[in-house]
Amino acid sequence: MIPAPFFYRRAGTVEEALDLAAGAGDDGKYLAGGHSLLPLMKLRFAVPEVLIDIGRLAELSYIRAEDGHIAVGALTRHHDLEHSELLAAELPLLAHAAGLVGDPQVRHRGTIGGSLAHGDAASDLPAVALALDATLVARGPSGSREIAATEFFSGLFETALEPGELLTEIRIPKPAQRGWSFQKFTKRAIDWAIVGVVVQGGQVALVNMGSVPMRAAGVERALAAGAGPADAAAHAAEGASPVADLGASTAYREHLARVLTARALAEAASRN
Amino acid sequence: MKVAISVNGRQVEAEVEDRLLLAHFVREQAGLTATNIGCDTTSCGACTVLLDGESVKSCTVLAAQADGHEVTTCEGLAGADGRWHAVQQGFHAEHGLQCGFCTPGMMMAAVSLLAENPDPTEEEVRTGLEGNLCRCTGYHNIVRAVLAAARDGQPAAEAS
Repeated sequence: MIPAPFFYRRAGTVEEALDLAAGAGDDGKYLAGGHSLLPLMKLRFAVPEVLIDIGRLAELSYIRAEDGHIAVGALTRHHDLEHSELLAAELPLLAHAAGLVGDPQVRHRGTIGGSLAHGDAASDLPAVALALDATLVARGPSGSREIAATEFFSGLFETALEPGELLTEIRIPKPAQRGWSFQKFTKRAIDWAIVGVVVQGGQVALVNMGSVPMRAAGVERALAAGAGPADAAAHAAEGASPVADLGASTAYREHLARVLTARALAEAASRN
Repeated sequence: MKVAISVNGRQVEAEVEDRLLLAHFVREQAGLTATNIGCDTTSCGACTVLLDGESVKSCTVLAAQADGHEVTTCEGLAGADGRWHAVQQGFHAEHGLQCGFCTPGMMMAAVSLLAENPDPTEEEVRTGLEGNLCRCTGYHNIVRAVLAAARDGQPAAEAS
């Protein structure tokens, strides 16, 4: 399969990327690692006229400890997150989850910013960003702005990014509670999660339980009210509207969410 | 657009469509057909090559993204004197193939795996090859082949 024709443009700097995007308007799309976008383009689910390759902007690839938070450049690859000593010490959830994205080849190309900007509810890192209360930094023609992860995912493959805006950094506060877990249920290692559950302290997020990555608000409320893991997990599917597809029925996804949440909360508690 | 990609140390320059995939560039512009195209959906790993020494699925990389970079395919594994790479020797000695379609991709994934982890456990080999499917399901001998390559100790560093 070959994508429909498009014009390839390569950005050498963030400013150049923004200029190219402004010129392309609604017909342009940023290309980072391309491991979410190119497969969609082959299937004609995405047909951008202009691809703006930001993959060489080395200035957007970093993991740094800053005052009270970890700053991750949007072009940091899954492979680099997986092997980061800083993340292993400070945010083991992110390093672990990044190491379960796709397969080694995918992790050599795919980036955290690309995964978040793609906004796929079946991807792992959007839910991880939600559970970690991340703040996303976007650059546009009129400057930078910060968007809370909880405000970022707005619909099916839709995010709060405006046309031409470029996700540049992910800021993750140091977790208040250390316990974490990521439970990912797949048929094959390389598949998207049929359901995934991410826990950091009392914050719980769900993978592939609706059209948008979401926090499990019912579970969080129960935990805050003092419920134990098993009782809190019973609320995992509340407010979710998972699809039925070849992977699983809606009822099975709801069942999985409850089971995986119970496991995740138990594992997180064991790491506190 | 014009791209120039080093393929197995040979500079290959071509005027190509912007949408050309690296897998097609390697097969058609560079004329190297060991790299197979299997699923075309980033799943099977048959098209795995090294891009700057790291395994990638060349059906999901644009030739334009590899412009100016170094690609290594299965044909580039043997030394200039014709001596096989340790991974090739391992696949030969352990019969790490059945029909052979997945083999070039398996070998390139193995080279990348051993470059990152020269002394893997059996489990690490299995998880390290999770991006490559063998529809003959000949995984046991493939894993033995990679472990043999690691034991022979000429890890992939020289190819990366």
